[in-house]
Amino acid sequence: MKLNELTAHELLDLLKAKKTTPREIRDAVLAGIARTDGQVKAYVRLRSKASGEQEPSGDVSMPIPIGIKDNICVTGEPTTCCSRILEGFKPPYDATVIQKLKGSGAQIIGSTNMDEFAFGSSTENSCYGPTRNPWDRDRVPGGSSGGSAAAVAGHEAIWALGSDTGGSIRQPASFCGVVGLKPTYGRVSRYGLIAFASSLDQIGPITKDVEDSALLLGIIAGYDERDSTSADLPVPDYTKALVNDVKGLKIGIPGEYFVEGIDPQVREAIDVAINVLETRGATFHEISLPHTGYATATYYIVATAEASSNLARYDGVQYGLRRQPLDTRKTPLIDMYEETRDAGLGSEAKRRIMLGTYSLSSGYYDDYYLKGLKVRTLIKQDFDKAFLKLDAIVTPTAPTTAFKIGEKSDDPLSMYLSDIYTISANLSGIPAISIPCGFSRDRLPIGLQILAKPFDEAMLFRVAYAYEQSTPWHKERAPV
Amino acid sequence: MTKNAQNITKEDVQYIASLSRIHLQGEEVERLTKDLENILGYVHKLEKLDVRAVEPTSHVLPLANVYREDEVKPSLPQAEVMKTAAAPHNGFFKVPKVIQ
Amino acid sequence: MSQTLQQKYETVIGLEVHLQLSTRTKIFCGCANVFGRDPNTQTCPVCLGLPGTLPVLNKMALEYALKIAMALDCRINPVIKFDRKNYYYPDLPKGYQISQYDKPVAYDGHLWMTTADGQARKINIKRAHLEEDAGKLIHDDRSNSSLVDYNRTGTPLMEIVSEPDLRSPQEAYDYLQALKLTLEYLHVSDCDMEKGSLRCDANVSIREAGAKTFGTKTELKNMNSFKAVRAALEFEEKRQREVVSSGGRIIQETRLWSEEKWTTITMRSKEEAHDYRYFPEPDLVPFEIDEALIEEVRRSIPELPRQKFERFVGEYGLSEYDARIIVADQHIAHFFEACAKLYADTKKICNWLNGPLLQEINGRKLAPRDVKIKPEDLVAIIRKVDENVLSNLSAKEALKQVLDTGKDAAAVIRDAGLAQVSDSSALEGIVDELIREHQSVVAQIREGKPSAVGFLIGQAMRKSQGKANPRMIGEIIRRKLSNKSEA
Repeated sequence: MKLNELTAHELLDLLKAKKTTPREIRDAVLAGIARTDGQVKAYVRLRSKASGEQEPSGDVSMPIPIGIKDNICVTGEPTTCCSRILEGFKPPYDATVIQKLKGSGAQIIGSTNMDEFAFGSSTENSCYGPTRNPWDRDRVPGGSSGGSAAAVAGHEAIWALGSDTGGSIRQPASFCGVVGLKPTYGRVSRYGLIAFASSLDQIGPITKDVEDSALLLGIIAGYDERDSTSADLPVPDYTKALVNDVKGLKIGIPGEYFVEGIDPQVREAIDVAINVLETRGATFHEISLPHTGYATATYYIVATAEASSNLARYDGVQYGLRRQPLDTRKTPLIDMYEETRDAGLGSEAKRRIMLGTYSLSSGYYDDYYLKGLKVRTLIKQDFDKAFLKLDAIVTPTAPTTAFKIGEKSDDPLSMYLSDIYTISANLSGIPAISIPCGFSRDRLPIGLQILAKPFDEAMLFRVAYAYEQSTPWHKERAPV
Repeated sequence: MTKNAQNITKEDVQYIASLSRIHLQGEEVERLTKDLENILGYVHKLEKLDVRAVEPTSHVLPLANVYREDEVKPSLPQAEVMKTAAAPHNGFFKVPKVIQ
Repeated sequence: MSQTLQQKYETVIGLEVHLQLSTRTKIFCGCANVFGRDPNTQTCPVCLGLPGTLPVLNKMALEYALKIAMALDCRINPVIKFDRKNYYYPDLPKGYQISQYDKPVAYDGHLWMTTADGQARKINIKRAHLEEDAGKLIHDDRSNSSLVDYNRTGTPLMEIVSEPDLRSPQEAYDYLQALKLTLEYLHVSDCDMEKGSLRCDANVSIREAGAKTFGTKTELKNMNSFKAVRAALEFEEKRQREVVSSGGRIIQETRLWSEEKWTTITMRSKEEAHDYRYFPEPDLVPFEIDEALIEEVRRSIPELPRQKFERFVGEYGLSEYDARIIVADQHIAHFFEACAKLYADTKKICNWLNGPLLQEINGRKLAPRDVKIKPEDLVAIIRKVDENVLSNLSAKEALKQVLDTGKDAAAVIRDAGLAQVSDSSALEGIVDELIREHQSVVAQIREGKPSAVGFLIGQAMRKSQGKANPRMIGEIIRRKLSNKSEA
């Protein structure tokens, strides 16, 4: 097997045994990119050697090549959220997760493709064009972290970072057959993550297996004095949770997640997965999360309102794109704003900014934004109650497997509904992981989502690892 | 909801666009009017819930009192600040004249 | 006509004061909070609002805000939060300002002030909240553009909003003076309008005298001194009265004060409706203002001007007039009190403080805090006058020299030879000379004209270069002339 097809923990074993070098690993990954990326287009740019990255030496702890979603700031490297409006922007600072990765000796390979400002579920809304699913190039990799998921699935990165606001790590992980974790809100610093919806965004790992997910979370998690919303709690050694034992764990199955709209093949795969865990000694309980049906509507109010404000800074004044129309329409200044934003923002970004502005605007706030925050409370309470008696909850990650490129791009609402199972975890702040749990008849990956209490990522790893060790899915490799 | 959300008009869309500093051209207005109508129609389902007695959640974590001490940290050099400026001008950012 | 309009209409004014807090660093980042540096040199990714950055509240800014809240007798919200106020302007790097909407630091307070006719008036404070300042725009006519400097961005601001309790431009002026004085005592700001660390917008409307409802108000901006606030209000009051009395209607609008044209100008005819879309700032958590914090801040609040005024009147027996002048500057007040510990006659201290000392300070265009004189020196000078060692004139000279040289009073009196001549033989010689030189005056004295004695005393002072003891001179003159008349 080629080095780039291995997991990080396998590579670390080889490094420890002096059977390979960081340089060899990096070269293997770059070779993988050269081979595959022309078709998959997981990366929007590779990090130039000239940008001063040190050749990794043998004594750094984890010199593993990593792909970084294009919304996480790296000093001096273009960071654009795959939007024209951030053309040319190079942050003069590192995101906290990047600092931590650099401290661990990570080799940052490049920036991965995404839906513009993470607005989307297919990685089609990128100013650089779509990424393709390594399992089927006519299909989307999911989104918005589709570039990161495709890079890992296509052996173009050993592991990668994504960001998840409504499922943007888990849904592409599900579509690409890899492991994607959205940590508890506050577990990982958001400093340096270009905001989409500040109260929902989290950075998380996309990896080939559960052990790598635990390792990578261990690197990036922790309190950050630069992020007021990060939690000042110790970071456990997550690899200790990989005990391959779920005996006695109580796991919930929410009825609301298994209703109309779910692909029967997905449903079947989840049923089989539940069986596997049951055989390993977990007990399953039918539960109700009664406000599930309101999650998508709530999400699109709350997330777009925050986004409309977060994206107001892209106005052409300081950095990025600036455009001035030839004729004067309003005033030269307002014309500059409007022309810049018209030229720089894609149609989904405009749609979400408009929706968010609407729900915050005078006369609508109480009926939309405030109502959204209240329903958010109800959704969170559903989980609080459920976890009084449960260790974890399992659901499908997405109602379907990867859809065709272009299939949903003319219907924003149907695109929004592809996040229906992942959104609640963001609204309630709880951690959730998607792991591969089988394939459809046309060999498209299916994901199993596991959810746990706030800050109980260890429980996710424990359940996910036991499942993974009992099944072959994580060993499957995309045909690249 | 007290207002009929589905009946969003082109004028509403133009107003929202101007609040958002987005210049919409011809068919964009129609398309966005239709999109927002659809999405708000879907969002309308929240009307079924009685939330009068529910507290809003703007933060999911029960965090409070996160402060910083009043200690000076280095600022960026001016050259660094102006590096990616769209229109630098003697250490300032130049913009079209602001008319009051 | 203006007389009748004066009686017919009542003016209603509310003021919004923006105060820059003098914390070491900005409100949400570690950049130094300093004024007057090269453009865009006191900025960092956070205050520039670069993508991905996050604010963290400066604890000192909150403590300063609480100090102000307590000094204004406000109620303090047990839990405060920040909100985003969304609007586009080039001096606002994020497209929103972090401010406070429905859970401000403080509300329902008041400030006692003294009106021009010496009456105490209570002005209610509606609310006081924390927010971040915006950057600065410079309008560059040459390039027909505006230039943005973000150094000021993120300076902590306290916005203090009064109720519409003020009834005249002069009252607004007096309120600002009283507010500024209280804020100065707290040491939370330089309160310097010229530097922009204290800024004031005014809302003004008129209504028929006795009416219960308010008229349509206009908002006045761009005043850069308290006098400008008063002038703008006077102009606007007159303008509104004329509009209404000639059957017109006041339009709710923002008007800019023009110092050059001495007029208010409407800001924009088709002003866009403000729709700030406030919502809770997701990047900052709420803040619980618990008893311990309140106590900690309360202990740091010094005696405030009004309390000091009352104490000085009560404890030292000062007249309200004297007390008001002394309290109007905390350094003078402190100086007074130090003097009073050394010297019992507080009236005399007041006379020196409010008279010669303040004259000297003002003449030198100094701030009282920059003046180099110790309480011991002033008291020493006063004592020397009591002991007839210094004439009033020499004492003033001594004061001047203490201020000039920074030497202590004793040294100044000695080195400049300011002590009075009370040696009677020397004085008698002077008087003898004067009697010879001014025969006609002597004749007048003999005729019983008392002011003529004064003239001779004045001449004696001149001859002695101010050092003669005038009381003794007077006695000698009277003695010599009466002797002669008897002889």
